[in-house]
Amino acid sequence: MPRRNDLQTILLIGSGPIIIGQACEFDYSGTQACRVLREEGYRVVLVNSNPATIMTDPEFADATYVEPLDVPTLERIIAKERPDALLPTLGGQTGLNLAIALHEAGVLDEYNVEMIGANVEAIRTAEDRQRFKIAMTEIGLMVPPSGIAYNTEEALRVGDDVGYPVIVRPAFILGGGGTGIAHDADEMGRVAEHGLAASPISEILIERSIVGWKEYELEVMRDHADNVVVICSIENLDPMGVHTGESITVAPAQTLTDVEYQAMRDAAFACIRRIGVETGGSNVQFAVHPQTGEMVIIEMNPRVSRSSALASKATGFPIAKIAAKLAVGYRLDEVQNDITRETPASFEPTIDYVVTKVPRWAFEKLPGSTPVLGTQMQSVGEVMAIGRTFPESLQKALRSLETGRLGLNCDPAERELDALGDDELVLRAAIPTPDRIFQVEAALRRFVSLERLHEVTGIDPWFLDQILQIVEARDHLAPVGRAGLDQVSRGDWRFAKRLGFSDGQLAFLWHASEADIRTHRVAAGVRVTFKTVDTCAAEFAAFTPYHYATYEDEDEIAPLDKPAVVILGSGPNRIGQGVEFDYCCVHAAFALRDAGYETVMVNCNPETVSTDYDTSDRLFFEPLTNEDVRNVCERLQEAGEVRGVIVSLGGQTPLKLAHELERSGIPVLGTSPASIDAAEDREQFNALCDRLGIPQPDGALATNADEAVAAAGAIGYPVLVRPSYVLGGRAMQIVYDDSDVRRAMAELAQGGSLGREGGLSAERPALIDRFLEDATEVDVDALRDRTGAVVVGGVMEHTEEAGVHSGDSACAIPPPTLTSEVVRTIEHYTRALADALGVVGLLNVQYAVKGERVYVIEANPRASRTVPFVSKATGVPLAKVAARVMLGATFDDLASEGLLRPPAAGGHVAVKEAVLPFNRFPDVDTILGPEMRSTGEVMGIDRTFGMAFAKSQAGAGNKLPREGTVFLSLADRDKEAGTVAALRFAELGFAIAATAATARHLEGHGIRVDTVVAKVGEEIGVDAVELISSGKVDLVVNTPRGRGPRADGMHIRRAALVHGVACVTTVAAAIAAASGIAEEAEREAEVRSLQDYHADGQLRLEV
Amino acid sequence: MTDALLVLADGETFEGVAVGHQPSAGFATGEVVFNTALAGYQEVITDPSYAGQIITFTYPHIGNYGVNERDDEARIPQCRGVIVRDLARRPSNWRATDDAEGFLSRHAIAGIAGVDTRRLTRHIRAAGAMPGAFGVADRATLLAAAQADGGTDGCDLASEVSTTEPYTVGPDDATLYVVAYDFGIKRSILDQLVAEGCQVEVVPAGTSGADVLARAPDGVFLSNGPGDPAAVEQARRSVAELLGNVPVFGICLGHQIMSLALGARTFKLRFGHHGANHPVRHVITGRVEITSQNHNYAVDAESLPDGSAVTHLNLNDGDVEGIRTEHLRAFSVQYHPEAGPGPHDARYLFEEFTQLMRAG
Repeated sequence: MPRRNDLQTILLIGSGPIIIGQACEFDYSGTQACRVLREEGYRVVLVNSNPATIMTDPEFADATYVEPLDVPTLERIIAKERPDALLPTLGGQTGLNLAIALHEAGVLDEYNVEMIGANVEAIRTAEDRQRFKIAMTEIGLMVPPSGIAYNTEEALRVGDDVGYPVIVRPAFILGGGGTGIAHDADEMGRVAEHGLAASPISEILIERSIVGWKEYELEVMRDHADNVVVICSIENLDPMGVHTGESITVAPAQTLTDVEYQAMRDAAFACIRRIGVETGGSNVQFAVHPQTGEMVIIEMNPRVSRSSALASKATGFPIAKIAAKLAVGYRLDEVQNDITRETPASFEPTIDYVVTKVPRWAFEKLPGSTPVLGTQMQSVGEVMAIGRTFPESLQKALRSLETGRLGLNCDPAERELDALGDDELVLRAAIPTPDRIFQVEAALRRFVSLERLHEVTGIDPWFLDQILQIVEARDHLAPVGRAGLDQVSRGDWRFAKRLGFSDGQLAFLWHASEADIRTHRVAAGVRVTFKTVDTCAAEFAAFTPYHYATYEDEDEIAPLDKPAVVILGSGPNRIGQGVEFDYCCVHAAFALRDAGYETVMVNCNPETVSTDYDTSDRLFFEPLTNEDVRNVCERLQEAGEVRGVIVSLGGQTPLKLAHELERSGIPVLGTSPASIDAAEDREQFNALCDRLGIPQPDGALATNADEAVAAAGAIGYPVLVRPSYVLGGRAMQIVYDDSDVRRAMAELAQGGSLGREGGLSAERPALIDRFLEDATEVDVDALRDRTGAVVVGGVMEHTEEAGVHSGDSACAIPPPTLTSEVVRTIEHYTRALADALGVVGLLNVQYAVKGERVYVIEANPRASRTVPFVSKATGVPLAKVAARVMLGATFDDLASEGLLRPPAAGGHVAVKEAVLPFNRFPDVDTILGPEMRSTGEVMGIDRTFGMAFAKSQAGAGNKLPREGTVFLSLADRDKEAGTVAALRFAELGFAIAATAATARHLEGHGIRVDTVVAKVGEEIGVDAVELISSGKVDLVVNTPRGRGPRADGMHIRRAALVHGVACVTTVAAAIAAASGIAEEAEREAEVRSLQDYHADGQLRLEV
Repeated sequence: MTDALLVLADGETFEGVAVGHQPSAGFATGEVVFNTALAGYQEVITDPSYAGQIITFTYPHIGNYGVNERDDEARIPQCRGVIVRDLARRPSNWRATDDAEGFLSRHAIAGIAGVDTRRLTRHIRAAGAMPGAFGVADRATLLAAAQADGGTDGCDLASEVSTTEPYTVGPDDATLYVVAYDFGIKRSILDQLVAEGCQVEVVPAGTSGADVLARAPDGVFLSNGPGDPAAVEQARRSVAELLGNVPVFGICLGHQIMSLALGARTFKLRFGHHGANHPVRHVITGRVEITSQNHNYAVDAESLPDGSAVTHLNLNDGDVEGIRTEHLRAFSVQYHPEAGPGPHDARYLFEEFTQLMRAG
């Protein structure tokens, strides 16, 4: 059956903010779905609270709602848009859960909305673990023995029945939150309690542990005619016990015979049929006993997933796009394979390379968290690499991570484990951690046996042997090049490169410079070749230039037809660098393709839209290192005209490469690397601000603790201590005295990956700046063209005061409290800075405003995290304009083309709120500070600030109450301002609870305190944690005291988080919350599409 | 590691290292084809249909799970050599009893590893399957050897690999008795027939039709096999005698021989179909089967006589994948429903054969 003509309007639900376990892979799948459905002529209505996504760009849907993802809001949208169908399988677990909730609330029936792609029964059978097990047993598939429990007593009984060790999984959760392993009854109590709390229905599944078994995944697709195909098989390097999102995974499966693989394929087909997924993609997970081959089915996801994004990128088969087509009636054999153009999508891709995915973690950003991997997902992003062999793809993946590693070994970090004894090393490798792969390498380098490592890690001997081949190659190569690089034979160069060694690794091994390595290697005739991802192992001609680098005989790069522009992506998602930058890169690709350039994307993140082969004219799935990017650029220069490379849209990752690329003769487009330096280099920037008469907080540079203490003394406490050249405020601290300064400097010198990247030095000093207490922070995104014209895209006022990282702070457009005088000053400074820095493209400036005085904190001549938010709020496509400007277009040109439109600035307010990962890290304080820790963001948009703020809180999962009790616990410095907030709440009819000191202060100002709460742990009276736990508090206002988290504050915030009570940690946010609550009391929230917001209230653009 | 070269008859040359058996002549020759399956190298190497051919594996890592005693498709491999990007030195699988290197040596199969197999595949795709030679000999020797190899056109290789003596598999109390022509039969086929309740007597390729009919089988099976179907003349004559007298089911070469016996023509494909991911549409039901394929020749649809219908079509290139001649109670498929290696989507055909026999 072809396209369904009985449907006109289709509703898609996005996955909301980027959180751990649900990242931008759903932007990729949702964007693909939107595109396909519109191409098919449907009217698409999209709802997603996340403004940083590409899918929420107004051009991807007919009506785009950036609204909170909850049932009441969705019902309003459904009532307004009257969709015929809801496609719930492309928005992750969030989309699926909401679809079920809408069904249960009767909304779908009431408005006659058909669920397409999966039905309620199928979703329930797949998602409810007990029903899933029964269903699988029915069709003869093996499952681990198990039982369910609703309380800890039942849990202990089930534990005895199935036998320890057991794995405990909460029902209806995503990313494994609340999952744990119990080895005996003692551990069971704690693990069960945690799991019960994590499940929205207080249900846990307890099953026999199959830790150590081999883990596999199959990505399966089915059409309504019951044609089923496997798109990709994936084998986990880390065996069962480590969540697949935390594992290094490899495609295709490496160690299964065809007999075993086909049995797994048959089982996956039986599973998708029994579950009843009518059309679309599913992910089915299996475990195989390494000694007996016994196979059990673990779970299936009846929707596209993180793994399906990986499988799509790994094979070139676009699962989400095809899933969308199948959902509207097509059969697999009615859909063409884009890559071969002559064969249908009803086939199973075969590949002639190896794909390795490695997760990227952010433990260093979350002090108090333990970097041990388990059944719960903690990684914030991932990289994928393609090589002809596993060693090559593994080494490429490891250098893609940007954790300071050049590959598996042969870099300064390989010495980190030198001090450990063999036994200690093996002991450490036995525990799954982000460093395990390197520990395994080090152990093999010391001749620890493969068998011993297999025994303690469970890693399959085939993988270990492949790693051993890298180790042995290192030993073979080491003496070869030390005798002189011109002594290295072509055979040895080729041997090294084919195992994935980077020039940097060889430079380390041979005590040479990377430049010398490259020169000698090329002179020996060993140059990179690019192969094509084609879904068919070269059986058919490929029309899609999706390439990867390797060292083989033949290169497949076609000549360039048009001038090319290379866009460098942002690498793995991490805290501080996420989907926002992918948005910018993708927009650049679209704008430049429209302008007649051949667009070339280089990136290594499989979750993104940028690595969709449809996004650019050519895609290179490569690490973002100097060597790898240069390889691409130089090869393209041989193939035709390369206009240049864009480094300023992908965050810090590509920016770091600017100088080296320029030096090797590759033009850097837009703002020159010299200007980038002038902004980043503290001394140059200070001089520039002095010249322009722009005030800055006092500051100094320091390379050691003594200098830092002296500087802090001269500046006056508190001061902000941070390293230069880092992202997302990593390792940034506010310090109040000399000993804190010394401690902060010591951490900078040695700490984690900073230390690995070289620690402190004259080239990499620490910055010591005066910290402006109680100042308002402001962010500005602006554009400048080559004629010197400047457009201020948006002035964002932060809700949290300066000192909270801008990425973690809520902010609003237009600024709700700044005077027009201050805004004018900010705009004036921004123009002056843009001119002085010679910016061509985007500029982000951060200001602190204290009273009427405006200080500049920093200026970055590149795309910022807020570009998509500003674009969604104002309707001005900043990244597209920036890309064009970098290639020489002027604002006048773009205005006449219609690309640059006046911002929609009338009649609405947009508030961005950060979403934090604390629920994943039970031991981390939830307090906000100068170190960025949010993983994603949401936007609330409405006619007033209060309502927009309330929506942003709802979107972020911090739904504000309408009534009840507000509990206040304020730091001394916040007590004055806090009184204002308390008064507002009292006026709104809230009961007030407060800690003793806060209560005294409030009562002193005539505010009635209904409950006075004891300090945490005090013997007398109810303490705050007990009060929150008992459900008697509806909103917590807890501001951190003085110089850091104090134990009771941390317990209060943690209790609020665990019990789902709304919590704000600054007085400013409390006041904003009060105004939101006040508005919500007066009127119902409205839903309105971005297209409508952008269509009205357009003011004339002042260029 | 000894350096080795692969040279194709058109002079195209590839670097690699010698693995497996070391031929005393310093090289091995054969028609170079490529197989795109991701797993199942043991089945592929032992599939007699590869007689006269050198198999290029497009998947780079071969040998990862070793070899075992269960997965051979024939006792003696017939292929002339294997070309791989990487041969695993340390296999890992609970069933493995040997590694790939040991397996190749044991069966005297020469191999070359380290080859840019993608370049080779693209070359064959463009230029067609052609003879090649590889080994430690010099390039001139290899080129001469490649050019001296005649390829498979016009060769009756089936008779060479066929059993010389009949033998029987399956239980004596089976309800159906099948005579299977061995043109290079795969063990997986016999397993499937036995699993469907048949006892199977496997007979040499040269067995006459009368000889087979004298055994009074419930049905006759025509197996897969190597080489040019048009060259297997005796078999074509035998099958012509059988058609109409007994239900017939053919696979691969057996399908081609049956088509020839019906009066159709076969032709050589440029580089054939060798893999486990080829989509085939069942013409009547519309269902798509993902199939295992291994053939260099195909049946010309235009040449099929009246009364023979095309039942299966290849969705990639439109080739005939199956035919049925209702009035003669005969059907056949070009692909491999037995899999080994490959998907199990088409195993229903064995059941259809038993239904046809029971109906007859």
